[in-house]
Order: sequence, then C-alpha cells, then structure tokens
Amino acid sequence: MRKITSKLYIALVFLFLYAPIFVLIAYSFNESKSRTVWTGFTFDWYVKLFNNEVILKSLANTLIIALIAAVVSTILGTLAAIGIYNMKKWLRTAIVNITYIPIMNSEMVTGVSLMLLFVALNIDLGYFTLILAHITFCVPYVILNVLPKLRQMNHNLYDAALDLGCNPIQAFRHVIVPEIMPGIVTGFLMSLTYSIDDFIISYFTTGANSQTLPITIYSMTRRKVSPEVNALSAIIFVVVLLILLIMNFKDIRDSAPKKRRKGGAA
Amino acid sequence: MNKNKIIELKNITMEYDGEQILKGINLDIHDKEFVTLLGPSGCGKTTTLRIVGGFITPDSGDVFFGGKRVNDVPPYKRPVNTVFQKYALFPHLNVYENVAFGLRLKKVSEPEISRRVGEMLELVDLKGYDKRGVNQLSGGQQQRIAIARALINNPKVLLLDEPLGALDLKLRKEMQIELKKIQQRMEITFIYVTHDQEEALTMSDTVVVMKDGTIQQIGTPQDIYNEPVNSFVADFIGESNILPGIMHRDRLVEFAGNNFECVDGGFDPMEPVDVVIRPEDIKLTPASDDALNGVVENVTFKGVHYEIIVKAYSDTWMIHSTKAPNVGEVVGITLTPEDIHIMKKSEVKKVNYFKSDLTEGSDIEQKI
Ligand SMILES: Nc1ncnc2c1ncn2[C@@H]1O[C@H](COP(=O)(O)OP(=O)(O)OP(=O)(O)O)[C@@H](O)[C@H]1O
Ligand SMILES: [Mg+2]
Repeated sequence: MRKITSKLYIALVFLFLYAPIFVLIAYSFNESKSRTVWTGFTFDWYVKLFNNEVILKSLANTLIIALIAAVVSTILGTLAAIGIYNMKKWLRTAIVNITYIPIMNSEMVTGVSLMLLFVALNIDLGYFTLILAHITFCVPYVILNVLPKLRQMNHNLYDAALDLGCNPIQAFRHVIVPEIMPGIVTGFLMSLTYSIDDFIISYFTTGANSQTLPITIYSMTRRKVSPEVNALSAIIFVVVLLILLIMNFKDIRDSAPKKRRKGGAA
Repeated sequence: MNKNKIIELKNITMEYDGEQILKGINLDIHDKEFVTLLGPSGCGKTTTLRIVGGFITPDSGDVFFGGKRVNDVPPYKRPVNTVFQKYALFPHLNVYENVAFGLRLKKVSEPEISRRVGEMLELVDLKGYDKRGVNQLSGGQQQRIAIARALINNPKVLLLDEPLGALDLKLRKEMQIELKKIQQRMEITFIYVTHDQEEALTMSDTVVVMKDGTIQQIGTPQDIYNEPVNSFVADFIGESNILPGIMHRDRLVEFAGNNFECVDGGFDPMEPVDVVIRPEDIKLTPASDDALNGVVENVTFKGVHYEIIVKAYSDTWMIHSTKAPNVGEVVGITLTPEDIHIMKKSEVKKVNYFKSDLTEGSDIEQKI
C-alpha cells in the first residue's frame, strides 16, 4: 500500500513539473493561434519559425556566443583550476570561495554591474560585451568541475611525466589533460547550456544587433504570444534534454568501474 | 669502495613550513652501487630522493651528477628515472603505452619501441599484458610495470621509493630478489628507499640510516648491523636490548647490577653509556650464581625461533632462542664480551665518514 502511495506521489510531482512543457509542446502543433482551443495538428509553426529571420538571427547569435564563451571559459577555467590547485592552502581556500561568488550572486546584480562596468569603460554594448559577460559567469563552472578532478589525480603523475622526459608543457598535454578531461568536458557542456539559457545577464549587456534567443523570445511574447514561440521553446527543451542526457550518461560511464567487460555472454 | 662517484649530495638542507626536514645531508653514491636510504616514517627519505630526482630544489647545499652541479637541472634533463611510492602509472594509458611513454617522447621509431617494450615486459615477467589497462593489474604487476616504464629509458640511476611497500610478505621477498637481479644484470645504480630494515640489509651494497633529517650512519649492511654507531641505529637495525650502563674503564662495563667484560674502549672513566645486546646473541643457561638470572615472563613462537621475554634485575630482556623455557622459570643470561656493544649515551654521533670526499668535492666545485 505504502509503495503504491509513494509511486503515486512521485508521478504527481513529475506531472506538475512537466505538464507545462508538455502542454507547450502540444500547442506548438496546434493549428489555431488560440492558446485554449485545439483545432487540429500542424507543422506550420515550425515552418514559420524557420522562415522567421529575426528568430534565426538570434538563434545564430546565441549559438555563436555560447560556443565562443564556452571554449574561452573552458580554457581559462582549466588553467585557473591548475593554478589554484598549486597554490598554498589558505590562498586556495580563499580563491575557491571567491569563485563561488559569481555562481551564488543574483544574476540581476551581476548583469547590472557588468553593464555599468562596460558603460564606464566606454565599451559599446554588443557581441563583445555579451561574450565577456558570458565568459564571466561560465568560468566558475569550469573551475569547480576541473578542481575535483585535479584533487583526485595521483599528484605523483605530474612528477612521473617529468621523470620520463616531459617538459612541463608536454606533461600538461600528455598526462594532466587526459586525467582531468571528464571535468573539462562537463565544464564545457555546463558553460554551453548556461550561456544558451541565460536571459538576465544578457539582457543588461546586449546591444541592438546582438540579441540572443531568450531576449528575442521575451520581446516577442511581450506583444502577443505567437505559436512560433511554442515551437521554438519545444525545440530548445528537446536540445537541452539531449545535452543533459549526454552529460548524465558520461557521468555514469566515468564513475563506472574500469574493469567493464567487452560484450556479454553469448 | 673505490668506484667512481656518480652522485654527490653536499650539505643539503630543506625546510617545509618553517620546519627543518633535512639538516645537512652529505652522501656519495657510486657507479653500479645499490644504496638504500633507511629510516622511520617522516625522516626525510622521500624528500632526499626527490632532491636527487630534481622534483624539488634544496634550500641550501648542492647536488652533483658526475661532478657537475645540477641543482637547477629539471627532472626531464637528469639521467635518472624514478619508481614512485604509489607507482603513479598513467591511468589513461594501457600497459604498452605506459612503458613506451619515455621512448615516445624521444621520438624513437615505432618498430624499435615495440621491440624494447617487448623486452622490458619480458624482463619484468609480464609478457602479453600489453593491452591491459593499468587498473586491471594487481599491486605487484603495477609495481613491475612502473619498474619497466622507468628502466626502458636506460637511466644511469634508478630511484625507487618504497617500491615494495604495498605488497604482501611473500611477493615482497620474491620482488626483492627480482630487483636485485635486475640491478646486477643492467649494471645500474639503485637508490632505494625503505623503512624495512630487513629489506635494506638483504638487498643493499650500502645502507644509509636516517633519522629526523640527519644521516646517522653509512656503511655496508654488515657494518651497520655489527657496528652500529649509536643506540638508534642499533635499535632500528633489528631489535636490540638497550640498557643503561657505566663504563668503569676500557673493556669493563657495569650494567644490570653486574660488571661485564667487553671489547670496547675509549670512554671516560665512569662514563654513562648505552649497552646494546642483540636478542640472538644471548645464550640462555640454567640459573647459576655466575650468570645474570631472570624470570621468564613470556614466550612467543616466531617461526624459526622463540621470542622470550625475561625480567632480570630491573631490566626487561628480549632473547631469541630455538629452545623454549617455561613461563615463570628462572634462567641464566649468559653473554660473551663480543656480544656487548657499548654506545655513547643517546648522543647522535657526527658521521665523519665522508670527510675526505668533502674536500675533494670542493675542488670540483671550484673547477666549475
Ligand atoms: N610538500 C610538503 N609540504 C610540507 N611538508 C612536507 C612536504 N613533503 C614532506 N613534508 C614533511 O617532511 C617530512 C619528511 O617527509 P618525507 O616524505 O621525506 O618522509 P619519508 O622519510 O619518505 O617518510 P615515509 O617513510 O612515511 O614515506 C615529513 O614530516 C613531512 O610531513
Ligand atoms: Mg616516503
């Protein structure tokens, strides 16, 4: 009896969590523009979506910015993590705590302060500021994913690499990077998702030409919610879901014992 | 030993967090020598080895390789290779790639790499393990891969940091023999770190006994065992009975309430000393007025011998014997003068062993 109750409870929780999204996905296939009446199934909104220049441009903006920001923050974050790892203990603790601040901080505050900074420095708001802003909030995620991998690493591995003839750069490439790769990949994927998803910080740091998808959607819904937005949101949801699945799958694989056997019994 | 020196450590000091870890290490290492650094945990063995390997630079003092000062030469330019305390195999590479690592960096041709890796795996008795992941190997196998990975680079000197520490007793004994064979066959110098005195005595040409960042004694295993310079070395190299005594005059010492003849001299009259007696040197005899008598408190079977604890006078004695007395029995403790080793009272003796080498070394220093 208790088992059934608890299962029912879980089902309810998931229903509440996902119902809005399923409604949204359903309505993205609704023939009518109405948000309340179902008049028939159609792909029209998807077709329209892919003919909407504004949306396509902001989609391109979003992806380009996310990619650049994720690549740069992955490189910066990884190097920073290695630097932090090699610091004296008290300094390391201090820096790790500072690293948490951008994550804990209200996005509103981060956004506004970045905007003020850019304005004060006389930098025109646009692609450049947007990318800088995204790098700012992505770097901590990379650091916090790479640091634990460094800590888990046998610290003699670096010495062993030097011992066998690597100079420090070769040791980094041939030994350290492969060891912390899982952390780097997770950091990269997180940066990518957070960058694609970001609205608040982008809102404050974007210019007229560099609007990202979330901002475009926001301005579209302000006038009148077009079912195109439903279609777009459905696509975004599926893409994010896929990335999450990949990340989880990777986690399971990384933490699985290495002595997996190839193939199964016949 | 008249062979040529290949490594010299001169007055090495090292400090961590305000604590002096090495306090003036002077050590010469000769070609093809098997040198063991022996000492209790935390005495600075690994630190000394890391200085030889180039992973850390000493605060003061110099390291010479073949007469050249190498303090600032990084590890990848030193003709030494290391087997690390926890092996430090590369988990993302398989056995073959781990062993091939050093050759790959030197851009050795693929067929040559393949041939030499094969040879190495054969040497360490792991032929056919090429494709295994290193985490799929047992401790002993990982250990041998670590040795192969280091040896394939033809180092002049191999540094080994407690390489057998994680192995069980039987495997450890086998590997000791194996390592000694490898060292002799390849004719290279081994600097070997251990805190196992038996391992040090069985494998080494030269044993360096360390304590608290200082070298206590350098010598052959026989020297160290038979002529320990102080009671620390005596106690660390095999269990010993260490009793307080008073040196009446040369060759006469008082301890345990009796006067004994001994073979040592050169102490001040009535100087307090430590008397060191090995458990296996003591003969148990029936109690008599001529012997030091005591009561057997405990008898433990140790395989080859019995370990017998005897309370005599105000001291507790440990005695090794193949015959077991009964607990509570009164026995006589019989000593010959050669069994009694007199040590200066708990003072750490300055080791003057390398005096002549030091002056010689400073010449080299000037030439550079
Ligand atoms: N990187 C470091 N930072 C601070 N202290 C250190 C560091 N490395 C070693 N020490 C200290 O130096 C001392 C000697 O260490 P070392 O590793 O040389 O000992 P060891 O003789 O190899 O001991 P063991 O047999 O346990 O391996 C220890 O007290 C240790 O705490
Ligand atoms: Mg050590």
